Amino acid sequence: MPLYHNEDQAMLADTARGFIAEEGNIAKQLRHWRDRNCKDGFGHGLWKQMAEMGFTGMLVDEADGGLGMGHVEAGIVLEEIGRNLTPSPFLTSSVLAATALKHGSDDLKGRYLPGLIAGDSVFAVAIDETAKHRPSRIATRAEKSGNGFRLTGSKSFVIHGSSSDMIVVAARTSGGDEDADGITLFAVPKDASGMSHDAVRLVDSSMATHTRFDGVELDGDAVIGEIDGGRAVLDAMLLAGRVGAAAEGVGVARGAMDMTVDYLKQRKQFGKLIGEFQALQHRASHLYSEVEIARAATIKAQQLLDGGSAHADLMASVAKAKVAKTARLAVQEGVQMHGGIGMTDEYDIGLYMKRDRALAEFLGDAHFHANRVAELSGY
Amino acid sequence: MADLETFRADTRIWLEANCPPEMREPVRDESDIYWGGRRATFKNDAQKAWLEACVAKGYTVPSWPQAYGGAGLSPAEAKVLREEMARIGARPPLSSFGIWMLGPALLHFGTEGQKQRFLNEIARGEIRWCQGYSEPGSGSDLVSLQTFGEDKGDSWVVNGQKVWTSYADHADWIFCLVRTDKDNKYGGITFMLFDMASPGVTTKPILLISGNSPFCETFFDDVTVPKSYGDDCPAYVGEINRGWDVAKYLLGHEREMISGADGGDRTAGIGAAMKRHASKLGDDLDPVLRAELAMFDVDALAYTAMGEKFLDEIKVGKAHPAQPNMMKYAGTELNKRRHELMMAVGGSRSLEWDSDATEGGKPSRSWLRTKANSIEGGTSEVMLNVIAKRILDLPGA
Repeated sequence: MPLYHNEDQAMLADTARGFIAEEGNIAKQLRHWRDRNCKDGFGHGLWKQMAEMGFTGMLVDEADGGLGMGHVEAGIVLEEIGRNLTPSPFLTSSVLAATALKHGSDDLKGRYLPGLIAGDSVFAVAIDETAKHRPSRIATRAEKSGNGFRLTGSKSFVIHGSSSDMIVVAARTSGGDEDADGITLFAVPKDASGMSHDAVRLVDSSMATHTRFDGVELDGDAVIGEIDGGRAVLDAMLLAGRVGAAAEGVGVARGAMDMTVDYLKQRKQFGKLIGEFQALQHRASHLYSEVEIARAATIKAQQLLDGGSAHADLMASVAKAKVAKTARLAVQEGVQMHGGIGMTDEYDIGLYMKRDRALAEFLGDAHFHANRVAELSGY
Repeated sequence: MADLETFRADTRIWLEANCPPEMREPVRDESDIYWGGRRATFKNDAQKAWLEACVAKGYTVPSWPQAYGGAGLSPAEAKVLREEMARIGARPPLSSFGIWMLGPALLHFGTEGQKQRFLNEIARGEIRWCQGYSEPGSGSDLVSLQTFGEDKGDSWVVNGQKVWTSYADHADWIFCLVRTDKDNKYGGITFMLFDMASPGVTTKPILLISGNSPFCETFFDDVTVPKSYGDDCPAYVGEINRGWDVAKYLLGHEREMISGADGGDRTAGIGAAMKRHASKLGDDLDPVLRAELAMFDVDALAYTAMGEKFLDEIKVGKAHPAQPNMMKYAGTELNKRRHELMMAVGGSRSLEWDSDATEGGKPSRSWLRTKANSIEGGTSEVMLNVIAKRILDLPGA
């Protein structure tokens, strides 16, 4: 398969670009909700519009009422979300949770997918338990209780946690904290008694929670996939999420770069446009190269994932690490080349820097994924 | 697709029958590479047999038309052939600047007579070409070149000096940029072809920091170059005084070649091999070095995807025309980093300059060689200038 978008995908990209630039732009969404101190940190109206565009259920199988599209298509939407810094539950709901639900029972699918497809429901995922992403260690426990389970423990960095209708929780049903086996995934509804959220606003104005589970009683039918066999579902969900986060990061990098290159063509100092200075030209050109490469790695990972390739896991970590490094470069160069105004809240470039920081951390930063590349490569 | 699979099956059978086992061993050193030409000798019978089999089949230049010594393969077929050759580790039967550089220029700009004569000679490995571009005063600013061809009616008399002429001391012919109009900077250069045995041509190898001498200084003292080599076979490519167009076209090719975009393993991850190398030397990877290798592998694997994307886009005309400059920049900088890391893993062993254990200082000589990657064929700084101007459209670039 060639590493560029086919005709249908190019059309989708045009549509997504136009729609998200119009409805999901920084003034209309990010600044709007931030300045109103919105408790969700995103707009439900836009979520509904994204449903009407067919985006929210694009990864859901056609048999379940979705569009049955792949990660290349989801990545197209995510890249535009990234470019516009659009606060949206798309990644957690339509990519991560939707991937987990593919492994769920018909009952679970029937309970949650229609709301997602209609843009009425928002989902979150609860994976991290420490300040760094380390999914190999899961200490939150779910113990057998009657026909169901009792969930005890705590999770951090649950994006949209307090706004979600359902949270996918990775918990341990057997074994020690570091064991690969013994994991079970649960679909925990928002009104589950014993679940409490400590909501925090993050640097990029998104909302996350520290979520506690104090003996939360769950029915047996809340289990996604197999009891004790949840690692495979968790891995599939993480893989999809990482490739999706990489795509969003590419959008952040491209947005910051485009804004900065435009600025180099407008700002005058010493009687010249600053873009005439070779010191800045070379840095801009280097950034362009890195962004192109990061984007290629991301599309490659999407295609491998859609094709069911065994190499998808390695390439997903390559893409996530490469994009994290590249978006970091883009936002840092962006603020520096904007000079003083780059430090002001009035200019958008600083918002890119904040978003990059949060997005890169989500589902593993560049260090985590470079280490993973080494491990998967055998060193 | 069925046709391609048939082609793949046929290719396998053909390779099995025609590629001698010795030609499936990795290239150890320069003597394993066959460059062709009037003075070439074969290292062994296998090298000769492999070349002859490929020449007969058109596989020294598989995608060139059959009329010019190629096999006329489609891009998809050529890819299958590359894959099948890589699968058994088959060496290229013939390496030459004629194949990589002059050939593409002639296919694009050449007359039918030039194609018939020169392309067939190149495909059969009968002629070894060198490239006369850079001059002592014209490196990055190539268009300022001064080597001058004085018009004598049916011929030019060429005087001047070239530098960094790859293997000029082994070459039969040169394709050379010569100024034919001193008043017109860009529109006063002619892309000439002439015999290195012509009276007045001398070459002098340049000893590099690697201890090798792959490049020469080349001097022209009153060298007479006829304007034509016969019917429909001028001694210049394109038009007189329009050689810069040909040079620019070729520079694009050279940058693609140096960027390694056409495949090869030098952009793949190296960490696993480095761990094995370290343990052979009795060590484990230092954690900080391991981390640097991991970061390198991220960049290298991402670049490999970029190379694939770039080639896919080139095939359908989607790539930005200046994208080869980006590929060259990123690819060469990556290769330099790769060798820095390989030197670090090798430790003091990699410093050995002439030991048997290092096969005569291969690690250090290769490491030093890579420093030229970001200089030859346009420096990294020139690549960045081109990206700034042609892709980012920055002012005054």
